[in-house]
Amino acid sequence: MSDPIRFHFDVDGENFSSAGEASVLVKKKLRQLGFPPDIIRRVSIAMYEGEINMVIHANGGVADVEVGDEEIVIILKDTGPGIPDVPLAMQEGYSTARDSIRALGFGAGMGLPNMKKYTDRMDIDTTVGVGTTITMSVKL
Amino acid sequence: MKIREIQKLLGADVLCGDEHLDNDVYSACCSDMMSDVLAFVKDQGVLITGLSNSQVIRTANMMDMVCIVFVRSKTPTDEMIALADECGITVMRSTLRAYEACGLLYTAGLGNDPSRKEAAHV
Repeated sequence: MSDPIRFHFDVDGENFSSAGEASVLVKKKLRQLGFPPDIIRRVSIAMYEGEINMVIHANGGVADVEVGDEEIVIILKDTGPGIPDVPLAMQEGYSTARDSIRALGFGAGMGLPNMKKYTDRMDIDTTVGVGTTITMSVKL
Repeated sequence: MKIREIQKLLGADVLCGDEHLDNDVYSACCSDMMSDVLAFVKDQGVLITGLSNSQVIRTANMMDMVCIVFVRSKTPTDEMIALADECGITVMRSTLRAYEACGLLYTAGLGNDPSRKEAAHV
């Protein structure tokens, strides 16, 4: 078993237009590594949704991606407000995004459900007032 | 349908990706909500939108879409065009409204090919 390949990104919470840069880079790297298109698409969509969420709700954070022999793991960590009611946040269509975010094409309440849909495992570790860490994995 | 036919049908200006105009696309979607594109799009190669920001390009890239049509003369920034070019996405701008653009493309057979629908149900 070889050591996983790791990527680390700081996600800037100040600039919405740069949100998603890390996901675009990860997609490019996974293509270079020769993964199947379906795996690349699932990883990059899940990470992109998470990255957008971090910018919208938590003023940014850090993103780590570990590419192992059996799975690709994405860890998104922020020190934002936390999620008070996770089951509610997981419901399709539920969103606390501001109208200004909806005007930019996001905030339809599909982010978290979509992240779960595209990954094989998703764990949410969140504490109100402390922050949120989301760990997702896609099996290879 | 070739991407070139989309350009002709919509009378669109090609802003980047001329080299991909002879590639084939089979379906399209139209939305200003990138959340919905990420949640509901499956294999649509073309995105028709009136929203113009960097997330449109990144969303299309995530969904493996190959062509973006900005309607109502919405003009992407140079930065957006450069990003699309880097991602291998053809970007066009049309003066038409989204409804008209979709109608023209659908009537011309984009996403409306019975043989492909039958194939999809086999």
